[in-house]
Amino acid sequence: MRVMAQMGMVMNLDKCIGCHTCSVTCKQAWTNRAGTEYVWFNNVETRPGQGYPRRYEDQERWHGGWVLNKRGKLVLKAGGRVKKLLGIFASPVQPELKDYYEPWTYDYKTLVDAPLGDDFPVARPKSLITGEDTKITWSANWDDDLGGSAENGHLDPIVEKVRRESEDKIKFAYEQTFMFYLPRICEHCLNPSCMASCPSGAIYKRVEDGIVLVDQDKCRGWRQCVTGCPYKKIYFNHKTGKAEKCTFCYPRVEVGLPTVCSETCVGRLRYLGLFLYDADAVTAAAAVTDPQELYDAQMDVLLDPNDPAVQAEARAQGIPADWIDAARRSPVYALAKVYKVALPLHPEYRTMPMVWYVPPLSPVVDLLRDQGHDGEDAGNLFGAIDALRIPVEYLAELFTAGDADRVTAVLKKLAAMRSFMRGISLGNDPDDSIPEAVGMDSQTMYEMYRLMAIAKYEERYVIPKAHVEQAHDLEEMGCSLDFEGGPGMQDSSPFGEASGRPVPVAVETFNALRDRQTSGAAPGETTLRGRVNLLNWDGTGAPAGLFPEKAPPGAGGGPGPGPGSQPGDRP
Amino acid sequence: MLALEAEPGSAVEISALDIVLWGVLPYVMVVVLVGGLIWRYKYDQFGWTTRSSQLYESRLLRIASPLFHFGLLAVIAGHFFGLVIPMAWTQAVGMSQEFYHFNALLVGGIAGVGTLGGIILLIYRRRTTGPVFMATTKNDKTMYVVLTGAIVFGLWTTLASVFEGEHGHNYRETVAPWFRSLFIFQPDIAAMAAAPFSFHLHTLVGMALFVIWPFTRLVHAFTAPFHYLFRPYIVYRSRDRDRDGSRAGAAATRSSGTAARRGWSAVGTRDRDTRNR
Repeated sequence: MRVMAQMGMVMNLDKCIGCHTCSVTCKQAWTNRAGTEYVWFNNVETRPGQGYPRRYEDQERWHGGWVLNKRGKLVLKAGGRVKKLLGIFASPVQPELKDYYEPWTYDYKTLVDAPLGDDFPVARPKSLITGEDTKITWSANWDDDLGGSAENGHLDPIVEKVRRESEDKIKFAYEQTFMFYLPRICEHCLNPSCMASCPSGAIYKRVEDGIVLVDQDKCRGWRQCVTGCPYKKIYFNHKTGKAEKCTFCYPRVEVGLPTVCSETCVGRLRYLGLFLYDADAVTAAAAVTDPQELYDAQMDVLLDPNDPAVQAEARAQGIPADWIDAARRSPVYALAKVYKVALPLHPEYRTMPMVWYVPPLSPVVDLLRDQGHDGEDAGNLFGAIDALRIPVEYLAELFTAGDADRVTAVLKKLAAMRSFMRGISLGNDPDDSIPEAVGMDSQTMYEMYRLMAIAKYEERYVIPKAHVEQAHDLEEMGCSLDFEGGPGMQDSSPFGEASGRPVPVAVETFNALRDRQTSGAAPGETTLRGRVNLLNWDGTGAPAGLFPEKAPPGAGGGPGPGPGSQPGDRP
Repeated sequence: MLALEAEPGSAVEISALDIVLWGVLPYVMVVVLVGGLIWRYKYDQFGWTTRSSQLYESRLLRIASPLFHFGLLAVIAGHFFGLVIPMAWTQAVGMSQEFYHFNALLVGGIAGVGTLGGIILLIYRRRTTGPVFMATTKNDKTMYVVLTGAIVFGLWTTLASVFEGEHGHNYRETVAPWFRSLFIFQPDIAAMAAAPFSFHLHTLVGMALFVIWPFTRLVHAFTAPFHYLFRPYIVYRSRDRDRDGSRAGAAATRSSGTAARRGWSAVGTRDRDTRNR
């Protein structure tokens, strides 16, 4: 047994309102750079829906993840090592930009700079790839809230599959429809197929916390990882020519802060904590024959942090005591293995994903309520879960490789909790028969309720800090702080965009701070083209550009210095 | 024929230019190539990439890129066969000059035409696909000119010998001995000087290509990932390199060799630079 620690996340999908705050804050933090315009380390999909990139779950097309070969051995679906090397000159199955979307901005300048005229100026969409006018036809969440699903709904690979296997059809008729949101980040898998696909060996899993990262210095841009990841959560930065991925906000996690997506989550639906797992058992667990048993195999790999034998082994492996303690208090372990309500996304890809989901009960509750039933009555809920096969089968295809019974069990637990707690809220005596119906006792159910519904900050996020004595090493592993100027953030080096060593974050921050404190210029001044940002004006004196320049005498002809003209813009 | 076999370069007057081109330039080229590669590897790991444009366009690339790369591999093999293996050896195993020539022309011609077709298609794609052209730097353009030049002139030498047939130039008596002589630091300048202009041109452009190589995106060829065949699928990395796979233990056991004893823990941590590079 080799005990290792893994940072994991659980998302409670019932609470997700699809506001995309996680996506936006993640993008601001990580991918607001040239070359990553189309990249969303965190995205929120409406399901049923095609997802981002489009139809990424169709592995017959994208060849992501692992499969078992004829001899029952675990192999990459995209092919073995030799095949991968032979296909290296043009990655055979590689999503193109059109499978994601063409990122764009708007020509806002026209709104400000357009000459006075009869027509209102329009901010046209401009492609961020070519800079040309573009037509917006897709985005990372184009089918948000089932938008367009009457036309495109059937393109969801899961819908296709459920339709094939069931005589009923998923309908997108208003009165029969169901939907929920699925926020996705990198799964930080125990058996990552992106890593196995990387010819350079640039993708690595940190021994300390299991976070999967791309070494930007070692990546050579062979882009096999993009094919290898079945979740399509590795992205190719088209400016730097390197692969990039969700970092689990490791600089924050190392100091005990939750990831940006978790911290800013409006619905407070994300949980962060540690798993202890047996690293030696991972490959065997991922090679279980029946895909529907992968969930159990994955559960077996997770070790009980309260087991003294596990603790002793963990200590022997050098896991610090406070980490073991954090693992015992881990909310993700509780939701995944104690209460068994969190499920892995697509276990059939055999990557042992470590971002888990509590499947949403809301499709069931919504349908009950819409039909005029009491959506919080245990009997109604249990009956509905059994009757509403389509939503359950859909969830099963997402979370349990199609095992509907497993999803039903989880949904019944959620329904039982809902109903049990409603009784208590109404002042009735706790109805112990409800928890018993789903194999739990009242105490456990109440604890689960606390964790899932009250969800206090310090209970949602149990993140042990990295150790001080390791701090220096943790800082930008494999990347030097001994950095002399080098290419600036936006500079283009002779070898192409952003070549040279990347600027360490600490250096970048230091320089930005120093510039701001010493330059005297207001931030963003350069873009003001001679105008003044009044928010930064301290009221003393009249800085240049505060008033429009007087028109030189005899400069007639045009409309003159009217409200539309820009002082200093043109002579 | 007999005279050629005796001393191919003996009849040629060696000029100062010949000495510079065939006696000095090759060594300058090697120094720039090796020095440049080492320097770039140390300085610019982040810029060391294929800079793939497959994200923008895949349909043409899927045909053109393998055509070019596999063609190029065949061309390299052909160069090895023609330049490194002496004529005497192939004759010793009973390969006639005609057979060798026919073979070299056929295989070399196919490989050369494939490579040229591949790069033409790649350049066409690069020019006509908006995003790909946008992502093309001046550095890339220069590299493409030299690379295409090397291929075109190389193909010219091959095709010329097809049309000249029997009377064509036998580079295995001029260029090849010169090439081999470079490695023993006794450059046979006379032999190379005796080769026709087309070979001179191809060699010069080829050397130019090697000179700019370390400073272009072509560097990705030198990190061809053969080690992928042998490495384990799952890569763990620890801050602690000494204790393979296992977690970094107490600072005391890992900071330095002498600090293994209790009470002798080093203050701070070892500098990452000295350890990682």
